[in-house]
Amino acid sequence: MSDITDLGVASLRDGIRTGKFSAREVADAFIVKVSKGKALNAFIVETPEHALAAAKAADDAIARGEPLKPLSGVPLGMKDLFATKGVQTTAASHILEGFEPVYESTVSQKLWDAGAGMLGKLNMDQFAMGSSNETSYFGNVISPWRRGGGDNAPLAPGGSSGGSSAAISARLVPGATGTDTGGSIRQPAAFTGIAGIKPTYGRCSRYGVVAFASSLDQAGPMARDVRDCAILLENMAGFDPKDSTSLNLPVPRWEEALSGDLTGKRIGIPAEYLIDGIPTEIAKLWEAGIAWVKDAGAEVVEVSLPHTKYALPAYYIIAPAEASSNLARYDGVRYGLRELAEGQNLQEMYAATRAAGFGDEVKRRILIGTYVLSAGFYDAYFTQASKVRSLIARDFENVFSMCDLLLTPTAPSSAFALGEKSDDPLAMYLNDVFTVPSSLAGLPAMSVPAGLDAGGLPLGLQVIGRPLDEQGVLNAGLAIEQRAGFAARPEQWW
Amino acid sequence: MSVDTATVKKVASLARIAISDADAERLAPELNNILGWIEQLGEVDTSSVEPMTAVIPNTLRLREDVVTEGNQREAVLRNAPQGEHGFFTVPKVVE
Amino acid sequence: MTESTYRIQGETGEWEVVIGLEVHAQVTSNAKLFSGAATTFGAEPNSQVSLIDAAMPGMLPMPNRECIRQAVRTGMAIGAVINKWSRFDRKNYFYADLPQGYQISQLFHPLVGEGQIEISLDDKDPEAAVKTIGIERIHVEQDAGKLMHDQHPSRSYVDLNRAGVALMEIVSKPDIRSPQEAGAYLSKLRAILRYVGSCDGNMDQGSMRADVNVSVRKPGAEFGTRTETKNVNSVRFVMQTVEVEARRQVEVLESGGRIVQETRLFDPDRGETRSMRSKEDAHDYRYFPDPDLLPLELDDAFLEECRASLPELPDAKRRRYEQALGLSAYNAATLTADADTARWFEALLAESVRVQKKGENEVARAAANWLLSDLYGALNRLGKDLDASPVSPEQGAELLALAADGTLSGPLAKQVFEIMLETGEPAGRIVEERGLKQTSDTGAIEAVIAEVLAKNPGQLEQYRGGKEALFGFFVGQTMKAMGGKANPAVVNELLKKALAG
Ligand SMILES: [Mg+2]
Ligand SMILES: [Zn+2]
Repeated sequence: MSDITDLGVASLRDGIRTGKFSAREVADAFIVKVSKGKALNAFIVETPEHALAAAKAADDAIARGEPLKPLSGVPLGMKDLFATKGVQTTAASHILEGFEPVYESTVSQKLWDAGAGMLGKLNMDQFAMGSSNETSYFGNVISPWRRGGGDNAPLAPGGSSGGSSAAISARLVPGATGTDTGGSIRQPAAFTGIAGIKPTYGRCSRYGVVAFASSLDQAGPMARDVRDCAILLENMAGFDPKDSTSLNLPVPRWEEALSGDLTGKRIGIPAEYLIDGIPTEIAKLWEAGIAWVKDAGAEVVEVSLPHTKYALPAYYIIAPAEASSNLARYDGVRYGLRELAEGQNLQEMYAATRAAGFGDEVKRRILIGTYVLSAGFYDAYFTQASKVRSLIARDFENVFSMCDLLLTPTAPSSAFALGEKSDDPLAMYLNDVFTVPSSLAGLPAMSVPAGLDAGGLPLGLQVIGRPLDEQGVLNAGLAIEQRAGFAARPEQWW
Repeated sequence: MSVDTATVKKVASLARIAISDADAERLAPELNNILGWIEQLGEVDTSSVEPMTAVIPNTLRLREDVVTEGNQREAVLRNAPQGEHGFFTVPKVVE
Repeated sequence: MTESTYRIQGETGEWEVVIGLEVHAQVTSNAKLFSGAATTFGAEPNSQVSLIDAAMPGMLPMPNRECIRQAVRTGMAIGAVINKWSRFDRKNYFYADLPQGYQISQLFHPLVGEGQIEISLDDKDPEAAVKTIGIERIHVEQDAGKLMHDQHPSRSYVDLNRAGVALMEIVSKPDIRSPQEAGAYLSKLRAILRYVGSCDGNMDQGSMRADVNVSVRKPGAEFGTRTETKNVNSVRFVMQTVEVEARRQVEVLESGGRIVQETRLFDPDRGETRSMRSKEDAHDYRYFPDPDLLPLELDDAFLEECRASLPELPDAKRRRYEQALGLSAYNAATLTADADTARWFEALLAESVRVQKKGENEVARAAANWLLSDLYGALNRLGKDLDASPVSPEQGAELLALAADGTLSGPLAKQVFEIMLETGEPAGRIVEERGLKQTSDTGAIEAVIAEVLAKNPGQLEQYRGGKEALFGFFVGQTMKAMGGKANPAVVNELLKKALAG
């Protein structure tokens, strides 16, 4: 038998169920991988005891002949944005260093209720703000991937769910949670050759997820393939009375209905996504994707999303505006860091605490958000952005009368080197150009690994669906996965 | 619209983030660059458009008027950087 | 409609005062506006705090149906537009009593739109001087926590028990023109809230507090610059605030100064308002729609339920008491000024109707008079409120019935009532056991009259000689001899006969 850690979620689940290996063996194997993967800096906290407890519960159930739960004994990584009871939760920030929630996020609770265990809390961009994982207070996550040709420059695993993407592609975990505000599941998935899906806004509860931009934040799974994503999403999604934006709908059996047959489906190719300066290999891969979905039975149509170019600027008003308010609670009073010099008053304490506790990118976004909401600017910025957001959503509505799904590249580049864009915030923001529009419209969207660039780095294709059509997105993702035959994995150097 | 260092300082003060003069100097062109780029939104004719209110059609649910939480002072105060006698404490506020 | 003639006499002539009130009223509910923590007054510090109220990372607000319902009912009670589509906004500022760093409130789309309240400026005759005060809006928002500054030399203590409690902010138009009108408006608003049951109106517990906006102008001129005096917590203080703040503004303006738009505090000990240290950015609240909450959409069934559950309101009740029950304008106004009084009176009335088997209009006047003079007099002496009355409406009705059917004369009824207050015993038993029954037994009365006449031959002679004013003397003597128990009508009749000889 090959190494247990080469197996994905479905194989582990089934293997435990059929007695191929014990849950304890699975947990031990991954715990060892995690402990040997420190060079990647993918974890902020390791929690082997949590994974072992879940494994024991699974093995005990088997011994007693009791039925297993959907994820019994499957160990996972948890992005550090999810509050985990009694386990430090920081959103990769200094201001929350040492914070141990007395509560559990709904999404993580659902996973534990389904029998999964936790290997640890995964590193990320601070407060989920970033596309490279360079904004974490706990240091950069290093992608397990390296460019070919002896270029050993450490690469970005993407962000903000970069700890998740790095850990999965390095086989430290079989799957992990991510969150996606403007692409934070899909872009890191594309950068590291794994799959990830952001479901429809409202599918997964935001309760207990440290908020970045409430109208955009959505949790989702990241894993090695489409089926694993379907399995994890089924166990993360669901109505939650504690989140007023949660959708009160049953969770479909996505795994059961998975099919790579796209007969009868119309897939739209949005002209506006063929942006200037897109690398030819990405354009080519997109062409290949079009051929694959046709091969799977779909009809391909050209469509137009005319307001696409305004999505990023609208996003960079709305997300920072919401963030500037969401992050006001980090003030050094009830939890987290407090900076208070002798003789300082309350307001000075706030300013000192927040100056010391937030990283540069977080501060930058808080300042932008504060500025665009401040007196005299609100209408010109925030109201205008909210109206443009309506237009972007309307664009999608219009094309979905002509097609069922959209196919685009996930990101305009493969993984860049750490440091390459960190001095130019705008260049960094532009990396989310393909993922942000569907975030603004709350649509389900996923990235599947589809090929490699000339440097041997993974590239992803993105499928975007109608609201609530995660099944359509997963099926198209599966069709691409089946035809792309993506089998590359990073060579172990860590 | 151009952001100068005085504006940066004013916004930082509004956001309660202490910044030095050097920070403000550094941030001003950076924020200008970003805001300048954002301002292309002004090109879009939105005169007949309503701002988005709900990302996905959904209505606000209301909870029942039932006490479900409380008597957990320990838990509420556990992570506080400073507290005593069941209170959070802050530098004395003069009103 | 009555025009106010309140003016401040300045050195340069008369000044008119323009007043608007923003009243924060705590919504009566078990749980807070967005969390499941309790709202009871006076609990241990931080014992009524949910993780949402403490703004723990990842916590989300979930609105309480009852708070929305009560605000809607309040809106309906002042004839206001109810907005079926409203939403919550965040008001951003940093303070230690505000855990989220923002207050969830409603700026752009409030739940309740324009309405009005009628105030009456003449206690004796409520309809004589009526003025309508416009209501701009009512919105729903979170209360803040509480800071304590006197517990430690260098620290303030933070108690979040109040943080997140639901408030209605009721914003009047600048229609108020005098301290008296301000007081009448606040009293009337309080009465309406208590009738509706949407706020207990306990101003001393902070359940109601007013921000008082005051400006002055020469009569007929444009509005002047206003100041806002925050959190004034009694009717009397609101009236004082208006008076002293208006006077201050006149003095500033007449000495060539300018009024600064600012927030001020009222100091009841010194009887003055003073500026709160103003912050240069204090007013940049960066309001925007709360992205954690969807728009609040109300359906017709909900509104119908709110409307159907509204009680009869003070003005309607007052008019009914006058017209259908035949009460005096003053009595009707006094009985309806407060929900508890009206409730007590109606219980007394209902029980009187039941035991006397008469119509409401036949028993109402006696009931009103007894309540307002006898019972109130007694409560005053005892220093008790109506809700602590030692006599219940049922016991009162029994006493009234005994008076109405002639068992008790007026003086006897007062005597029995005194005993009821002392012993708590029912009127019937007191009458029975102490033999306080009024007698109409003509034989017994005639016997006593004969005795009285025999004992007072001189007076009898004078009376028969034409000094008829002595009739009262004989009535008094007869009643006294009967221990107050004789039926006065029967006594009169029999005396006349006996005196006529
Ligand atoms: Mg106010
Ligand atoms: Zn208010």
